Amino acid sequence: MTDYKELKLKASTSPHVRTKEDAQAIMLTVIIALLPALAFAVYNFGLRSLTVTLCSMAGCVVFEALYRLIARKHQTVGDCSAAVTGMLLAFVCPVTIPYWTLLIADFFAIVVVKQLYGGIGKNFLNPALAGRAFLFSWASIMSHWAAPGTKAAVWGAVDVVTYPTPMSYLHANDLTGLQAVYDLPAMFTGRIGGCIGEVSSLMILAGFVFLLARKVILPNIPLTYVGTVALLTFLFPRGNDPVEWMLYNIFGGGLLLGAVFMATDYVTSPVSRKGQLIYGVGCGLITVFIRYFGGYNEGVCYSILLMNLVVWLIDKNVRPRRFGVAKTAIFKRKEAGGK
Amino acid sequence: MAQSFFGGIHPHDKKAATNKKPIEKLPPPEQVVIPMSLHIGAPCRPCVAVGDQVRVGQVIGEATAFVCAPIHASISGTVTAVEPRPHFNGTNVLSVVIKNDFEETLDPSVRPAEDPDSLTPEELAEIVKNAGVVGLGGATFPTHVKISSGLGKVDTVIINAAECEPYLTSDHRILLEYPEEVIGGAKLLAKIFKVDKVHVGIETNKMNAAELLKRKIEEEHAPVVVDVLHARYPQGAEKQLCQALTGRQVPPGQLPAAIGCAVFSTATAAAIYRAVYKGLPVISRVVTVTGSGVMEPKNLECPVGTPLSDLLNCCGGVSERTYKLIMGGPMMGHAQYSAEVPVGKGTNGVVAFAKDEEKTVKEPTCIRCGKCTSVCPMRLQPLFLYKYERKDMVEALEAANILDCIECGACAYICPGRLHLVHSMRMGKQKVNAAKAAAKRAAEEAAKAAEEKKEG
Repeated sequence: MTDYKELKLKASTSPHVRTKEDAQAIMLTVIIALLPALAFAVYNFGLRSLTVTLCSMAGCVVFEALYRLIARKHQTVGDCSAAVTGMLLAFVCPVTIPYWTLLIADFFAIVVVKQLYGGIGKNFLNPALAGRAFLFSWASIMSHWAAPGTKAAVWGAVDVVTYPTPMSYLHANDLTGLQAVYDLPAMFTGRIGGCIGEVSSLMILAGFVFLLARKVILPNIPLTYVGTVALLTFLFPRGNDPVEWMLYNIFGGGLLLGAVFMATDYVTSPVSRKGQLIYGVGCGLITVFIRYFGGYNEGVCYSILLMNLVVWLIDKNVRPRRFGVAKTAIFKRKEAGGK
Repeated sequence: MAQSFFGGIHPHDKKAATNKKPIEKLPPPEQVVIPMSLHIGAPCRPCVAVGDQVRVGQVIGEATAFVCAPIHASISGTVTAVEPRPHFNGTNVLSVVIKNDFEETLDPSVRPAEDPDSLTPEELAEIVKNAGVVGLGGATFPTHVKISSGLGKVDTVIINAAECEPYLTSDHRILLEYPEEVIGGAKLLAKIFKVDKVHVGIETNKMNAAELLKRKIEEEHAPVVVDVLHARYPQGAEKQLCQALTGRQVPPGQLPAAIGCAVFSTATAAAIYRAVYKGLPVISRVVTVTGSGVMEPKNLECPVGTPLSDLLNCCGGVSERTYKLIMGGPMMGHAQYSAEVPVGKGTNGVVAFAKDEEKTVKEPTCIRCGKCTSVCPMRLQPLFLYKYERKDMVEALEAANILDCIECGACAYICPGRLHLVHSMRMGKQKVNAAKAAAKRAAEEAAKAAEEKKEG
């Protein structure tokens, strides 16, 4: 029989079982959810979409690995969060972006925004969006848009016709002009100009459904964010048709990409469900304000970054109601087991 | 009918290894080690000495306080030692060691109540008390205390057959093999609390037991209803089961009696029946012995005080790669450092792990995913409590209601960053309680000083 004295028994606290799903599994799920949008980008803008994305992912992973190595901290690239940051950062850049510019943004996102604050879980700004915001130092590069159907060259100087995006029409309050260039089906499927990963609403929604099904995110933030933008643009249209104005605003620009993949970033969004609703509404409000009154076409990036800054405040003040403490009639003595 | 509780998780229940295996009687052990603390509350005082002959069911540990339950000899034989021995709570506890004479002589005190149907609630509570019945689901709170403190307040009596811990099947097998004992216990509880109906809360992964119970209840016209609940952990936690069945929430710091509920586990109901109709105290226990380390998982019935090694041997021994031996279920059970600790009254399972089930990492990291908040059945935010505990922020811990934590482990189970959340919660509670005690002491001393000043 077994000699029980020979066993090396470990006496640690409960629980003694845990789910298989770790941080790495979650990040890989996010990467998978982004693949449809990437596939569409290759179709829409050519193979360069893929090389730009891969370059950005590699850049983020290498910067994180090097930083952790130099700072003598335990290695964290295995959790794949750096790869997700790289992917998202590429997704919010035009396909024409030079590789070196992208690597600067990668460095800023990973080293300055994420690692200097302590790495995963500690940063207060979304690294991908902060990296993108940093790139506005190179404004001309960042507003160099390729037309849908462009086959952007993988190497060498990018020689494409600069093309107006839906956001430039919307910013000029020119709904009629936009309708003439892109019809609604094109806006929804993504045969439009814009950043690599943001064009296809259809593909982003596919990723959204996947993330919900895998329980990686809750629908709270995306629904309140997009809902707020939809409501405001419908109530205050700047065109002949409120519904069309609303739909062009939802499908145009980075709203859906931001609402589904950026605003839901665990680290930089509120923890409680109620807090997430407030955060989503806040993002929506700021997005519309910037789009309507700002000097800049697009409001998604800055709205999320601004709301990132108040997450601590939301977390501190919005807590779940305590168990067993009455607010409404939860203590009404219902008949046992019956309704 | 069935409502719901907050949060919760769906771990793989892993019950298939034993849920079809009938309860086997363990061959009589050579000796048993019976600790004088097999319940929550004051320990018992041993009333036998080395060399004494004891018989099955004889009292060997007397109750010393109200919140205490007497302890009985589980085998007949000779007392060979009364000394501190390793206890499953991790310390050494005064224990009575009995060498088996394999005669199984019954003590004369073991006899059925003369006219069970004419007993008053108080008399029934007295029988329950003398039989040493405690909460056999694992919490081991003395049942007579629960009864006497609930009399007049309780309008809903619940039998907890949820058995939501993964791996464990002892309650399931008791329901299948001794349904009349469980229903009999429920009938007695209905009488004690003067309620028309007793609710049995059972999860969907035990439908055969639910159907059997319903059939038996119909045959006997028993005042019992079976409420089937969707399987989810921690359904069987007292407060959560009350919420799932009645929609009522137990206020912070209080017991289910505060909302008119009293919850008894399946095994406790059967023990109450045995105490009244057979005169048997709590001296044996059905234990599920399972897990990746156990060669041949089984449900075993064994005397209280049997060393775990005897149970494991009866199951073909354990793999040499076994790294964890858990008394209770894997979610809330206690990891043991020795296989020589004895089975207690509340030991519903012994789980041995040889494969890595806990997935610890060197550097646990919070990624703020908030899953711990989503699954917490007590609506806490474990990630913040973890942070406060690490930084010794005692006031923040208390303000965030850490004392509400039931230590179910749902947060730690789901955590993708692999934080040791339950450990942190326990430490945090200790810190808050210590600070409270210190504040109370300081206030008392200040009051005393002020008084003296006044007098002087």
